[in-house]
Amino acid sequence: MTHYYGVYSLLASLLPALGIFFIFTICDDLIFAELIKKHIPKEVVASKDYNFTIVLAQINNSVEGLIFGTPPQWVTNAAEIWISWIHKSQIITVIICISTALISGFLGYKKISGNFRSRNAVEKIVMSILAVSSVIAILTTIAIIFSVVFESIRFFALIPYDEFLFGTVWNPQFEGAERAGSGQEGLSQYGAIPLFAGTFLISIIALCVSVPVGLFSAIYLSEYATSKERAFFKPLLEILAGIPTVVYGFFAALTVAPFLRSSGSLFGLDVASESALAAGLVMGIMIIPFISSLSDDVINAVPQSLRDAGYGLGSTKNETVIKIVLPAALPGVVASIILAVSRAVGETMIVVMAAGLAANLTANPLDAVTTVTSQIVTILVGDQEFESAKTLSAFALALTLIIITLGMNFYALHVVKKYREQYE
Amino acid sequence: MNNKIITPFEASNKVKRSIAKRRAKDNRLKLYGRTAICLAVCFLLILFYSIFSKGYSGFFQYYVTLDINFDRERIDPKGDLSDNSLFDGEASKIVNESLFSIIQPQGRKAKKQAKKIVSSGKDVRIARMVKNDPSLFGTTTKVKFALDDDIDSFLRGYIKRETPESERRISNKVIEYIDKLNKEGRISYEFSDYILSGSASGNPEMAGIKGAFIGSMLTLSVCLLIAFPLGVATAIYLEEVAKKNKITEFIEVNINNLAAVPSVVFGIMGLAIFISIFGMPRSIPLVGGMVLALMTLPTIIISSRAAIRAVPPSVKDAAYGIGASKLQVIFHHVIPLAMPGMLTGTIIGMAQALGETAPLLMIGMVAFIVDVPNSIVDPGTVLPVQIFMWADFAERMFIQKTSAAIIVLLGFLISMNALAVYLRKKLERRW
Repeated sequence: MTHYYGVYSLLASLLPALGIFFIFTICDDLIFAELIKKHIPKEVVASKDYNFTIVLAQINNSVEGLIFGTPPQWVTNAAEIWISWIHKSQIITVIICISTALISGFLGYKKISGNFRSRNAVEKIVMSILAVSSVIAILTTIAIIFSVVFESIRFFALIPYDEFLFGTVWNPQFEGAERAGSGQEGLSQYGAIPLFAGTFLISIIALCVSVPVGLFSAIYLSEYATSKERAFFKPLLEILAGIPTVVYGFFAALTVAPFLRSSGSLFGLDVASESALAAGLVMGIMIIPFISSLSDDVINAVPQSLRDAGYGLGSTKNETVIKIVLPAALPGVVASIILAVSRAVGETMIVVMAAGLAANLTANPLDAVTTVTSQIVTILVGDQEFESAKTLSAFALALTLIIITLGMNFYALHVVKKYREQYE
Repeated sequence: MNNKIITPFEASNKVKRSIAKRRAKDNRLKLYGRTAICLAVCFLLILFYSIFSKGYSGFFQYYVTLDINFDRERIDPKGDLSDNSLFDGEASKIVNESLFSIIQPQGRKAKKQAKKIVSSGKDVRIARMVKNDPSLFGTTTKVKFALDDDIDSFLRGYIKRETPESERRISNKVIEYIDKLNKEGRISYEFSDYILSGSASGNPEMAGIKGAFIGSMLTLSVCLLIAFPLGVATAIYLEEVAKKNKITEFIEVNINNLAAVPSVVFGIMGLAIFISIFGMPRSIPLVGGMVLALMTLPTIIISSRAAIRAVPPSVKDAAYGIGASKLQVIFHHVIPLAMPGMLTGTIIGMAQALGETAPLLMIGMVAFIVDVPNSIVDPGTVLPVQIFMWADFAERMFIQKTSAAIIVLLGFLISMNALAVYLRKKLERRW
């Protein structure tokens, strides 16, 4: 057990130094940002369109050597000061880290003696490392909520929430601070109903494909198939879940949509080149395995005794499945469908590539519609305007998206849990 | 309720009469099930067919063979083979002259059109050749050059000769030139040396996936290095160390919720936290890897926990019995025995991360970057995002290149999943 003494002194010298290193590397930019304020000329700060975030971005760009045009002299100066700080802080960080390592290592080393229970001490440290890493999950949740909620609050300060939730026109424009007072008011409209409707429409189409196919596959695989068939087809269906969504998007946009368009014109139908139908069909294919494998699990979980009772009364397989197994498995099947819907609602790439951006409020699957996720992507990819209602609206959309998908997920898991308890 | 009493004889007759109908019903349900599975498999086959049939040709392209006179004076005026000197040289001119000597265009306009037949990467190609092999100077050698993407599409038959000239992307003159080159046997259809070793390019004939592929590998390694230790540590903590209380229950709920959050939301979090607050640069594999790590964490945790739970208590009890501490039991017995299951979960999580696009779009990995990233802090892109970008380009040839990139991506995903299945079969022990 002697090596625990060594491990103990190693941990004692390494951990504090590492901790300090991380704090320094994360904080230095924040500290610099505060300090640099002093080096921005007063007349710039006093000017009307002063925005610290933009100024900071300018300085950072010239620090990294990304210079567009000729920045004003004070930006270059500030960037030079910034660079000198980086050099200084690097040296300071190294010195502090090494000295902490030496000091704490020495303290740890001094503790070691015949009576010192090093194994227990090491275990305590490792256990706390394990505990800390499990907190990451909580931190991630907090980070997600934090990043979405704050920007959403700012959005709802600009746009009243009832306009967002119940408005029927979605037409975001970049207008930034000019929203009030430049005669452009009312150009942008943030009514999210068309987006929800589009999402809903595409999800419904997807369900029309995936529910029958998934459910019948599950019934067949769990009740009729031989074990060989099962071993072959189940992984084959799951391949569908492993294909990247960007591939589905490509398939929808370049194979399915043109096919629908040309076959639509055969019947004299005018199919939009980015129709909801194409995106919905392909999304339906994508979520087949979610429904089939989850339903398969719940159908298998129905106790054999129920089936045997059915057979004992002389019923056929069909009658057992329809009248006994399915009703018993119904909550689980419903849960699997809800989970599939929440997948469909949160799915991004297929709709970005195949569903288009036209915010039409329509129930016609042959028209182009847009969805919550595809709007988020279009707004946040590429150049953004700071503080503009358009940028912020993406966060509000993300908030509603999270609420919807998590709500569905909670409900589905609740149903599954309740149902499992019944047979245990 | 029908209170009429029937005799057993009548009853058995009734059952007999209905039995054919009931059997038929049974067969019908069976048929529906088979149809459903066939449909799903058909979808899969159509998807693969449509991608492979297009993508196969994306690995090939048309080349033209020209006789190039490697005149050192003209190609490398300073004579030191430096990039500057080669840039000042007249490599493109030499290629054009060689081309003109075959097709003999008359007049300035015709020459201008003829120049465009050979892809604009011709000077880079000559520069690379002489750098690799300076002994070429002074010789006249046959060199293969990629053809422009419109010409390529024409040779593949996507641009039809019959289309009126005004609606065609290439003129009658150019078609005449191509016929001339074809007659001399100078045009060949070969495995493309751009698709695997080229980087992002606006010219489809020179575009390749090398940059995106390396970006994917860098992003994935960051993701693995973060997600695997964190996931395993969390799983061990929740299964072996922590007592069941409100806090661990809360952590569990959190993990399940994270698994249900749409991936695009993770991208928004990366944008708001890593880029806006921590001030990390956009489009770097480091940030991409971190976002993907948080996204795959639930997958790894859930499968690792299942693997740890499957280790029989008798093994642990035996270790405790000979005086092992909790940590020794965990590190000497539980982890080695649960490792196959943990690795399987990790590989599946990594496959998921490799195919993910939306969160990486959010953190700016969609930028057009020509240089191949050398480290995790160089701006780069990844394969799925490259596919997304190429799918948006208008040029016909990008469709084939996109499909080729998809084939590469699917190849990796399938081999990762196969590895996971193999590991599970090979190493998993039943107790």
